[in-house]
Amino acid sequence: METQTLIYLFVGLSFALYIAIAIWSRAGSTSEFYVAGGGVNPVVNGMATAADWMSAASFLSMAGLIAFLGYDASVYLMGWTGGYVLLALLLAPYLRKFGEFTVPDFIGTRYYSKAARVVAVVCLIFISFTYIAGQMRGVGIVFSRFLDVPILWGVVIGMGIVFIYAVLGGMKGITYTQVAQYCVLIFAYMVPAFFISFMLTGNPVPALGLGSEVSDGSGMYVLQKLDMVLTDLGFAAYTDGSKSMIDVFCITMALMVGTAGLPHVIVRFFTVPKASDARKSAFWALVFIALLYTTAGPVGAFARLNFIDTVNEQEYAQAPEWFTNWEANDLIAWRDKNFDGRMQYRPGDPFEGAPVFVEGETGLSGERLTENPTTANDNEVYVDRDIMVLANPEIAQLPGWVIALVAAGGLAAALSTAAGLLLVISSSVSHDLLKQTFRPKITEKGELRAARIAATAAIVVAGYLGVYPPGWVAQVVAFAFGLAAASLFPAIVMGIFSMRMNREGAIAGMVSGLGFTFLYIAYFKLWEPAANVEANWLLGISPEGIGVVGMVLNFAVAITVAALTKAPPADIRKLVDNIRVPRGAETPHMH
Amino acid sequence: MDQPDGKGPDEGQTTGEPDSEIESHRAYWRANLRLLGTLMAVWFAVSFGAGILFRPFLDQFHLGGYPLGFWFAQQGSIYVFLLLIAVYVVAMHRIDRKFDLDDDDNGGRG
Repeated sequence: METQTLIYLFVGLSFALYIAIAIWSRAGSTSEFYVAGGGVNPVVNGMATAADWMSAASFLSMAGLIAFLGYDASVYLMGWTGGYVLLALLLAPYLRKFGEFTVPDFIGTRYYSKAARVVAVVCLIFISFTYIAGQMRGVGIVFSRFLDVPILWGVVIGMGIVFIYAVLGGMKGITYTQVAQYCVLIFAYMVPAFFISFMLTGNPVPALGLGSEVSDGSGMYVLQKLDMVLTDLGFAAYTDGSKSMIDVFCITMALMVGTAGLPHVIVRFFTVPKASDARKSAFWALVFIALLYTTAGPVGAFARLNFIDTVNEQEYAQAPEWFTNWEANDLIAWRDKNFDGRMQYRPGDPFEGAPVFVEGETGLSGERLTENPTTANDNEVYVDRDIMVLANPEIAQLPGWVIALVAAGGLAAALSTAAGLLLVISSSVSHDLLKQTFRPKITEKGELRAARIAATAAIVVAGYLGVYPPGWVAQVVAFAFGLAAASLFPAIVMGIFSMRMNREGAIAGMVSGLGFTFLYIAYFKLWEPAANVEANWLLGISPEGIGVVGMVLNFAVAITVAALTKAPPADIRKLVDNIRVPRGAETPHMH
Repeated sequence: MDQPDGKGPDEGQTTGEPDSEIESHRAYWRANLRLLGTLMAVWFAVSFGAGILFRPFLDQFHLGGYPLGFWFAQQGSIYVFLLLIAVYVVAMHRIDRKFDLDDDDNGGRG
């Protein structure tokens, strides 16, 4: 069968599966809509958490980032797994014991304040929307490349699918579709990784393959060869980063803490029956996540080696098919600076910014022409990092069904995360803003309807952000982590571990943490992108890592303000005492 | 500090619970914090220690083709994270039962 037919088949089948599950698991009550009735098995929940967690960024972008950043990309590998240790140890069991529906529920109740709840909702919506834009963008990329539809239609189709199962099924529908999506995405990630690792090193397990010798008879280790090839071309060695140590430290910390503070991840732990299950569930979630994360490093390294092998010094006229395919999709470009008809791949950008193609005009070798100003270096190849995972099977010349599988997996990753995010957005609107704050008399039916309307509205906004994205996938996502680290995480941790933390302290902390981090990121990313260089950064910390400073600020402000204001009332101390012990968890909302 | 009722924040005077229960909750919480402290120290040591701060030093040793510091940053730390949560689940369950605060059968669907 043709690769194209296979892609339609695999994607079509996986979509049919998700819709079937959605219809089977339709939500009937707010408890089912918000937390799947609170009765999800910890292993199942772990798997759903993994799918929820592993987004378009993990599936599509991360290996690409690793391929091009080498050691520096360790921040993602450690950051996005280490956060689960924080979640398991510091948050999940206590929040489950607390037994409500949403993260703002906890903050609003623990800090006995509607204002605190609303601040938490604002943080949550902000974080979730920046995050979801990246997912819709991922859906668009997969569709436009593999299904030959424009990004706009790709996003519309993705929105339609998510609409069906998120709006009908709520958390219940999402949980069970996420289990299916996890299976699709992990299979799609591992199969090509096994193939490529085996072809390159003779060892099919990627994590072992990367530590082995290249099977080309040279007797060199993979990383040794990669370091040599790269330094020969003028790049930094793969195993040696170019970021400063303090920046690597801060980005890793911001990603870890941000992971633990992401509302759509936290809320997954509200769905298990009891506090001890929340701990087990965190373990299973990390097992399922680690499968992909320990593979992503090797995939990135192999991809870089294969990419250089097939592209560098290759005549454009003889360029592999995937190269021209991605070029046709605007994500690869080549400018023949020295007019030799060959593609020189060197450090630096080949021209300024993302390629702007001159429609219908081709150069001497038949390449598409770009109108960007040239840069003064020898690099001729532009490649968008986000394509590496999708292009990898093609670069390694794997069979068509593997490519089709990867397309279906990429969509599964993006859709499962998007659905989880839509759910926390809609429940924070219908539950926290309407039911708990502005319209307390709303009926359960009315609340459920409001949740569905909010989910629909959120899908439309997310789709818009996907079609007109405010940056490339991983960069947008990094924004969300800094904000989560600086706002929600400290407020929740202090709510559990400090009896003395009060309303005034928590609100002041959240506002200052979020405000500082937001302004810092916005200044360097939006207002003065030209100033975004190390010399201008506070203490040498990039916008990606600044969430750590925001977090420290949050803690400091909160503790100072709390010390100067009234202690929380006695019933709040009793509440904290109660959530600290596992015994006596209730199904959410029995009161 | 401003205590509206003139007593410390942890005294639980309004809960009407017997002193022994408060005492047992406190002991449980201290045991929990001790466990957390140990696990978090390991968490920090493998990722920020071995993977970042001491990476340049560790890279002179090798694990197969991996420089050791690089391995910790991209592989080893993840395995240790898993191990940490596994230890936490088991050890915490033991502490829960020791203080008779577990949620084994009476918890769940309240």
